Amino acid sequence: MQVVAVILALALLAVVLFVISAPLRARAGAPTDGQIDPPPEQAELEAAREAKYREIRDAELDLRTGKLSRADYESIDGTLRAEALEILDRLQALAGAKAGPAGED
Amino acid sequence: MAVLGRICLLLALVVCVYGVGASLYGVRSGRTEFSDSGRRAVYALAIVLTAAFAVLELAFLRNDFAFNTVADTSSRTTPTFYRAAAVWSSQEGSLLLWAWLLSLWSSLALFLVRRRMRDVAAYATAILLGFGGFFIALMIFYATPFATTSPAPAEGVGLDPLLRFPTMMIHPPMLYSGYTLCTIPLAFAMGALLARRVDADWIRATRRFAFAAWLFLGVGILLGARWSYSELGWGGYWGWDAVENASLMPWLTGTAFLHSLMIQEKRGMLKVWNVSLVLATGTLAIMGTFLVRSGVLNSIHAFGGATLGVPFVVLIGVLIAGSIYLVVSRRDMLRSEHRLDSMLSRESIFLANNVVLVALCFVIFWGTYFPLISEALTGNEASVGPPWFDRYTVPLALLLVLLSGIGPVIAWRRATLANARRNFVAPLLSALVVLVVLLAAGVSQKPFALAMFCCAAFVLGAVGQEFVRGTIARRAIAGEAPPVALLALVRRNRRRYGGYIVHIGIAVLFVGVAASSSFQHAVEQRLSPGSSARVGAYTLRYVRSTATVTPKNDAAHTGSTLSLGAVVDVSKHGHHVTTLRPSEGFYDSGEPAQGSVGHLIGGQAVSHISMSGGLTRDVWTAIAPDISAPALARIVTVGNRTLPADEAVVALGFLARAYLKNPPPAQFHFIVSPLVMWIWLGGLIVFGGGLIAIWPAPSAVRRRVAMRWRARSAHGLARA
Repeated sequence: MQVVAVILALALLAVVLFVISAPLRARAGAPTDGQIDPPPEQAELEAAREAKYREIRDAELDLRTGKLSRADYESIDGTLRAEALEILDRLQALAGAKAGPAGED
Repeated sequence: MAVLGRICLLLALVVCVYGVGASLYGVRSGRTEFSDSGRRAVYALAIVLTAAFAVLELAFLRNDFAFNTVADTSSRTTPTFYRAAAVWSSQEGSLLLWAWLLSLWSSLALFLVRRRMRDVAAYATAILLGFGGFFIALMIFYATPFATTSPAPAEGVGLDPLLRFPTMMIHPPMLYSGYTLCTIPLAFAMGALLARRVDADWIRATRRFAFAAWLFLGVGILLGARWSYSELGWGGYWGWDAVENASLMPWLTGTAFLHSLMIQEKRGMLKVWNVSLVLATGTLAIMGTFLVRSGVLNSIHAFGGATLGVPFVVLIGVLIAGSIYLVVSRRDMLRSEHRLDSMLSRESIFLANNVVLVALCFVIFWGTYFPLISEALTGNEASVGPPWFDRYTVPLALLLVLLSGIGPVIAWRRATLANARRNFVAPLLSALVVLVVLLAAGVSQKPFALAMFCCAAFVLGAVGQEFVRGTIARRAIAGEAPPVALLALVRRNRRRYGGYIVHIGIAVLFVGVAASSSFQHAVEQRLSPGSSARVGAYTLRYVRSTATVTPKNDAAHTGSTLSLGAVVDVSKHGHHVTTLRPSEGFYDSGEPAQGSVGHLIGGQAVSHISMSGGLTRDVWTAIAPDISAPALARIVTVGNRTLPADEAVVALGFLARAYLKNPPPAQFHFIVSPLVMWIWLGGLIVFGGGLIAIWPAPSAVRRRVAMRWRARSAHGLARA
């Protein structure tokens, strides 16, 4: 039984070492789990964009369910869409900066 | 195989130490391969702890009494289901369960964010592995689940009779899942502060885990309440026990966090508040674990053996000090981006709601920890009982329910007074109708209960109005049939309408609590067969006694040696309602000094209540038979004198027959409680609503919605 336990323990150790060392064995500096992750600012803007779309939809639902007057809705909706467009512009600027001078030819 | 278990724990500790180092080195040096390796250390930890857990589980299932925990909490006669779950009935096994669940949930969380927030995730990885290492170190140095005795005893002590109840077996895994899930938002919050990135991406990553923690904690709390009501023999579901409170506090702050997170998501406000809430929730979860596992408490709920108080206090101290330092040192980046547009807005209602939730938590915290601190400092036992808690929590609970009805009918950003007045008509009418009906029914003598019923009606009216208006709006757009439109409405707005369903569940739950607390009829009476007791409108008649020598007939797997009880007929206005069969199980004490027969029934006696539950009321009974009555005591005395240990079980048959033939008067506890079922139903509704709110939309749908909104945003602005 002790022998079985030791063999199992060694097998477990091998699995652990294999799992932990995989990124170190891969090419140094390259993320090992799929695509390169977006820079922090891009991720933040994408998350903010999703939240803004949700807000726009919430405002429309508030209008349709009678919580907002038409005048209030149009004011809020306009503000939200302007904020959304600002986020989209910033995302586009980031994408353009990543593309570099080649995009301007 | 205990050797394998011990090796697993050592390996797990090494993995934790490596993972912390690799994650921190990776994030500080920018070498992503080390951060990735640190994350994979969490996966490896889950693999190793799964193996350790499997070793212990197998030991229980194989009745390997060489393992001390198996010998202390299981036996050959323990049914397989209870044996499998007995793993976490001991302190050592429950520590292993905690660490294992932490490793599993952490692996899931880090896998889901593996392509995002690498810097935040790396710090979070280090913190989560730090927690894992702490619990593993406790197991290695203080309370190992793999301690053995040689030679192994032939039989184990068996599972505590109070734990032989299905919901009690599921309660710890659910509660521990809640506690461990609470540490994930805490780790990500600390990581975000360390990486200086408390932004929308962080919210998106942690919101689901905060919600899952809230769900699991809530289910765990309700399961514990159900066990208390159905098993403990006192007829209540909540006693403001320290361990109960310890699980409620992080649930309250977690609820506050889920609400104010929406405000940060929409308006970039309340960042300090949110970060503080999530850190408090995680810390309270650790403190809850401390109360249950450290041995500092002597509670029916706590199973602490060895005192682990000092390590836990150190950990909690580090958490609190670290949290305060991070929030204060990062206060510049936590400034709100906007201010409240209007006091008449959903944001301000959420803020008020949060204040009430935190106040509730503070009251419970004070009532729970003050006696412990006082006892630690003065040596005198102090206690704060249910009346103290009720005095402060009841008004706050009323306010909470009321706010949960106001929030849904107020718009985000700002609402006009005219709109608000119109939207409050239906909810106020609901409350008024309920008030009039209840006053006419004579409920006025319980003002708090009356107020709660009216608040709940207000909530149901408000939320019902939301569903009706939303369905009408949906039909106006899509022309669908009402049921289809309702389903589509909920599917497209899961977070909003899932949240509304949660509010309905909370209202239903509090109606159950208010009714069962305020209008309960309870009687304790000594009865002989044929005599009756009056409980409210019900008559409970002791028809006849029952007696079972349980080793021969233990359908309920109580594990008792002798079970004495009664058949009770319940009637109302002369009509038969139901028949109840309460009993009390007597257990082997394992003390030969009590005599060959005496020790068979000399252990802890456990009441097995009998209950008839329904939508309108529960009729609950418990019995305490008098086994020390002269006729029965004589059988025990003679048996002790004349029967050897291996034949003593014969005396149980004599005892049973004597009890059936000439039962002495027994002490009965009868309770009739209205609407208790509403508590469990409310909990189910909350759970269902929570699942709907947390369920992600399919990614294809998300992309279509996002593209449509992109186009409409641009089009709308071009039009303006």
